[in-house]
Amino acid sequence: MNEDIRQIIAAHGRLSVDVAGLAPDADLYHAGMTSHASVNVMLALEDHFDIEFPDRMLKRSVFESISAIERALTELRTETPVS
Amino acid sequence: MAMRVGIDLVSVDSVRESIREHGDRYLKRIYTEGELSDCHTPQGIVAERLAARFAAKEATLKVLRPVDEGIPWRTIEVVRQGAGWVEVELSGRAADLAAEGGLSDFALSISHEADYASAIVIAELDLRDQRSDPMMSS
Repeated sequence: MNEDIRQIIAAHGRLSVDVAGLAPDADLYHAGMTSHASVNVMLALEDHFDIEFPDRMLKRSVFESISAIERALTELRTETPVS
Repeated sequence: MAMRVGIDLVSVDSVRESIREHGDRYLKRIYTEGELSDCHTPQGIVAERLAARFAAKEATLKVLRPVDEGIPWRTIEVVRQGAGWVEVELSGRAADLAAEGGLSDFALSISHEADYASAIVIAELDLRDQRSDPMMSS
């Protein structure tokens, strides 16, 4: 999952640094991701993992690092297991 | 009288990417029907106008200052007035947050060029009406 997240961030996050070199807990906003770019990341994650982020997760902390995104995806996939 | 201000800048190209890659799912997730109507022309949707509205939503969030709480984008709506200026209208949790924080009389200005759109939001802050203030809830 971690590598998939990195690829999506690389494609949509508009970071000013190489995603491959980012630590899992590195702040993506400090790395150049804007609020609007995080929307593109969110939508791409939804497409890729076949999930939908609920309103309660539409906040900065959910998308602030690769680890945070991974935690949110794990939570969502646990709530709605793929049949 | 205290004021609070928020400002935001959005890349129009990022909005174009969203429209191209996510289409209606992006548009209907972020913008209200009224906003989408205001951004449509006979030539199609105008990404610059959408970018300005997204900037307005983010600038409003900077005024509301939610604490680790998700605020749906559609609860912050840019409403175009007849003469061409715009206002921001809050609903749902965004409106609740404004009331709890003693914020009122929101004023909005937006601007855009080909590459970037920006917005600035100013609201009046009544320090006596901050319902979430722990000093006021005892």
